[in-house]
Amino acid sequence: MDALLLQFLNGLDKGSAYALIALGLTLIFGTLGVVNFAHGALFMIGAFCAVTLNRILTLSHEVIDETRTDFLGNPLKVDVPYVYDIFGEATGAAIIDWSVPLAILFAIPVMIGVGVAMERGLIRHFYKRPHADQILVTFGLAIVLQEIIKYYYGANPIPTPAPAAFTGSFDFGAMIGFEPNTIIYPYWRLVYFCFAAVIIGAVFAFLQFTTFGMVVRAGMADRETVGLLGIDIDRRFTIMFGMAAAVAGLAGVMYAPITSPNYHMGMDFLVLSFVVVVVGGMGSLPGAVLAGFLLGILESFASMREVLEIVPGLNQIIIYLVAIVILLTRPRGLMGRKGVMEE
Amino acid sequence: MSKTDVSRRGVLKTSAVAGAGLAVPTIFTAQSAAAFTNEPTGSSVTLGFNVPQTGPYADEGADELRAYELAVEHLNGGGDGGMMNTFSSKALQGNGILGKKVEYVTGDTQTKSDAARASAKSMIEKDGAVMITGGSSSGVAVAVQALCQEAGVIFMAGLTHSNDTTGKDKKANGFRHFFNSYMSGAALAPILAANYGNDRKAYHLTADYNWGYTTEEAVRNSTEALGWDTVAAVKTPLTQTDFSSYIAPVLQSGADVLVLNHYGGNMVNSLTNAVQFGLRDKEVNGKNFEIVVPLYSRLMARGAGANVKGIFGSTNWHWSLPDAGTQAFVKSFGTKYGFPPSQAAHTCYVQALLYADAVERAGSFNPCAVGEALEGFQFDGMGNGPTLYRAADHQCFKDVLVVKGKENPTSEFDLLEIVEITPVSQVTYDASIFGGELGACNPGA
Amino acid sequence: MFGLNAKDTRLLIIVAILTMLAPFILNPFPEGSAMAQFNAGYPDLMQRFVIFGIFAIGFNILFGLTGYLSFGHAAFLGVGSYAAIWMMKLLTMNVIPAIVMGVIVAGLFALVVGYISLRRSGIYFSILTLAFAQMSFALAYSVLTPITGGETGLQPKVLDPRILDGPLAEGATPKANLFGLTMSSSYEMQVGGWLFTFNVGYYIAAIVMLVAFYLAIRLFRSPFGMMLRAVKSNQQRMNYTGLNAKPYTLAAFVISGMYAGLAGGLLVAMDTQVGPERMFWTASGEVVLMTILGGAGTLIGPVLGAGAIKYMENILSKINSDILHTWFAFLPDGLEDLVVTLIYPFIGKGWHLTLGIIFMLVVIFLPGGLVEGGQRIAAWFRGRKAKGSDKDASGTTTEPAE
Repeated sequence: MDALLLQFLNGLDKGSAYALIALGLTLIFGTLGVVNFAHGALFMIGAFCAVTLNRILTLSHEVIDETRTDFLGNPLKVDVPYVYDIFGEATGAAIIDWSVPLAILFAIPVMIGVGVAMERGLIRHFYKRPHADQILVTFGLAIVLQEIIKYYYGANPIPTPAPAAFTGSFDFGAMIGFEPNTIIYPYWRLVYFCFAAVIIGAVFAFLQFTTFGMVVRAGMADRETVGLLGIDIDRRFTIMFGMAAAVAGLAGVMYAPITSPNYHMGMDFLVLSFVVVVVGGMGSLPGAVLAGFLLGILESFASMREVLEIVPGLNQIIIYLVAIVILLTRPRGLMGRKGVMEE
Repeated sequence: MSKTDVSRRGVLKTSAVAGAGLAVPTIFTAQSAAAFTNEPTGSSVTLGFNVPQTGPYADEGADELRAYELAVEHLNGGGDGGMMNTFSSKALQGNGILGKKVEYVTGDTQTKSDAARASAKSMIEKDGAVMITGGSSSGVAVAVQALCQEAGVIFMAGLTHSNDTTGKDKKANGFRHFFNSYMSGAALAPILAANYGNDRKAYHLTADYNWGYTTEEAVRNSTEALGWDTVAAVKTPLTQTDFSSYIAPVLQSGADVLVLNHYGGNMVNSLTNAVQFGLRDKEVNGKNFEIVVPLYSRLMARGAGANVKGIFGSTNWHWSLPDAGTQAFVKSFGTKYGFPPSQAAHTCYVQALLYADAVERAGSFNPCAVGEALEGFQFDGMGNGPTLYRAADHQCFKDVLVVKGKENPTSEFDLLEIVEITPVSQVTYDASIFGGELGACNPGA
Repeated sequence: MFGLNAKDTRLLIIVAILTMLAPFILNPFPEGSAMAQFNAGYPDLMQRFVIFGIFAIGFNILFGLTGYLSFGHAAFLGVGSYAAIWMMKLLTMNVIPAIVMGVIVAGLFALVVGYISLRRSGIYFSILTLAFAQMSFALAYSVLTPITGGETGLQPKVLDPRILDGPLAEGATPKANLFGLTMSSSYEMQVGGWLFTFNVGYYIAAIVMLVAFYLAIRLFRSPFGMMLRAVKSNQQRMNYTGLNAKPYTLAAFVISGMYAGLAGGLLVAMDTQVGPERMFWTASGEVVLMTILGGAGTLIGPVLGAGAIKYMENILSKINSDILHTWFAFLPDGLEDLVVTLIYPFIGKGWHLTLGIIFMLVVIFLPGGLVEGGQRIAAWFRGRKAKGSDKDASGTTTEPAE
């Protein structure tokens, strides 16, 4: 029982990451009808926003420490970040420590900028082109983006820790009456889960309750009619693309402490996020979120020792197995709309 | 026209065909068939450096390439000579190999066996390489080793840690300097027992592929022999990036040690997650909870950052070793590139030198002669103390380092400290225990 | 000729000539010259050109004709490869049983996957095929290790049974052959500074490719091919006329899977090794990219696309900074360094970047893929010949489409 509850919690956390990435992808699918293979790259760029801010904050000048030596026997050069000079050592250290949450503020404008530039400069020309062309161009773009990151940051994962205040875990099991140490949950994952819930809620509220959102939803349903009404749907779609990029990027920023960012993390998530979106059903935002959580939770259950003893290798294929079963029983995924990307 | 099994392009490339572009199609018949594949007949010899340049191990590959470039420089008499000065064999003169200038070609393995073989084949068929070396995974090493056996060139493995490379998949034309899973287990277990006690309960997370299996087996066997108990061993998919659902149940199981049989990105993420779950702050069975990483590399230590502090593991070599060979190598590498070399760079540099030395001693580039010169070769001064290239399986036997994540690193390269140098006698095993058949050497042609 | 119309016959003959003369065409630069780096006329790469050409031709039968975008085609190539290597290990090193078994097993696997996946269309179909391929990859890498060799894959070993072959000579390694003619043997011919290699394996693969290409043309022009195009243009209307599209698409799917199996079998025949990453989704993606890059739905496009991608993978990745410095050694020092620094990110370890840029440029400026590029050049030449300096004709054809 406690083992199941534990995996359920893990699944919620995994699922929130999946849902967040899939949400952005669905926004682009649903609103613009574009198969965006560069979405994983946006997630990756988000994570590197956290890395970049950390780098900026730790920009340092060298101080020579005569008492110690480096590997060649020369006096050791110690890096002292400029923030120490500006704010003093204690405050400076605290600012660096909080660089990941601070990167949210940094990432929002960057990601919106990247998204808008991508849409205006490239994607816009592909709305009426076949999906195959969209795949080729966005895949090419994804490769270019990740190679640029690799050129500047290398191929190695870069540790990007959460603030010290969030390290470690709390004993959730003990709080609700289980034995100590049976259900532990890291603080940062709780933060991630809440963050994801807030973002998902915000996107839904935005589409549901604002005029802008209403127009976009109308555009998703019938773009031509909305255009005929004299509404500049193109400009709104540009903004939507920027928003989708920001959602993917924020998912990446907050994920950095969980998985050390590396340049190919976007490709690792790409396939998964497509599976999530399609299982959720094309063009359905609630479907994407639901599928994200469903797959996250089932993946967690499948990784249990007890399960693997019965079906070895189930953890390797669970996501795909579930996808097949759902797509065969529900023709358009969980909540897909008829006629979207069915040709 | 001549019928050959593999290209003899090396012959042509180096025999300085000056009359290029002649319109008269003089059909050329190669001189009396060469004795072996890509026999260098001109004034230079070509080596093939096949390392990952794209994909997750690209940085490790880049470091390997730096080491090879340094080795070529030293072999050709440039630079300060590095480990050639401390190497116990004095056959190398700094005038290339057998008086031929060393040239090299590079390729990208992508850490995929297909791509690695394509790249190695192009070096053999197109560039006339007489030896292939490099790589950063056992899958690639086994695939390229088999190719070199078929083509009749020598393969000097780069970083490959699975028992299979010189175990069930060993080949007469392949040689490995790097240590393996078995040695990691044998070296680690006594240190773990000394530091954590003999009555520990271990929980293994194992990467679900060959290397993971052999590493888990090695660590299990050697720790269980010292009284440890293995509570559970769970396999994790290679493509996993979030290990929370594997790590969360560890505490419930009653285990008090977590062994992460992971490499590269898998290890970075699983260790980061384990620390995030606060496992190291826990107390189980009245003992402090501990984490162990059987194989360390700098790539991983850097990726995991502060999380490695105080965690035990093993490596093939570390730049902070005090011996003369290490110091000479670190000095020339550090002077040239500005930072200390990784263990991947070290093993590749040593392999290049060992190959060149064997050719000098054999007096021939013929793979069979080179193989004979390497088999049973004992040497010193290469950073690992006295070392034996065992004839029975082409595996190097040398001391193994047990290391620990450093508490106060002075730079991003200074992440590990040496805890113990496990003597070679403790990690030696019988050559037949992993099966496989070395076969006969193949000179090709 | 061969039941083809004049235009198709001409295409087939051109392709046949090109493949037969490939050792010359792909080796335009003399050995030892600075440009020899760009020579692609060595056996391994020539084999890969034609084998991946077969793979892409097969993929195009499904995607180009029916519009069904399979994102798991590498699984059939992988399954075919495993079947082939097992034939070599168990039966004989002769390549024929290996290739035949590769085709059969891949065809059967495609039948199962296709039967299930074709119940959905559009992106739902793509994801179903992707799911099957990813499951194949993951299982082959891990729990199926006893059958697939896992991470380290499978290679023929001296101790394999090979019940049809006689015992190996002492110290010999098993080699793939066709009735004794080993795949790796070559004739080399030197003409001046040039060295041309005529490799047995390449010519066998090339002949198989020509047959595969010929069959693809016949299929494109047949009533069956028309039916498949009808599936692409309007499946609903087809259903209303009382035709059931599914048997047709399933047949196309299986044929295309068999082409993939053929490519897999040939890969093993030329290079006796199989690893699971051959089935990873990036490998499936690669054939999609090859086809679109060359020109989906065209006959020759996929082959061109396959060639372009394999060329970059094998040639660009091998250029290192040392070679660059040799090339530009004639420049003054400072300028030389500058030029090398500018080019360096695009070659060697940066070859992926060049690949990505080329994908984008092709799809932006040549919506029909490389084939369209060829057509435009041809049209431009014709236009120039016919009309001299009439700018309107060439102006309209080279306008980048959006």
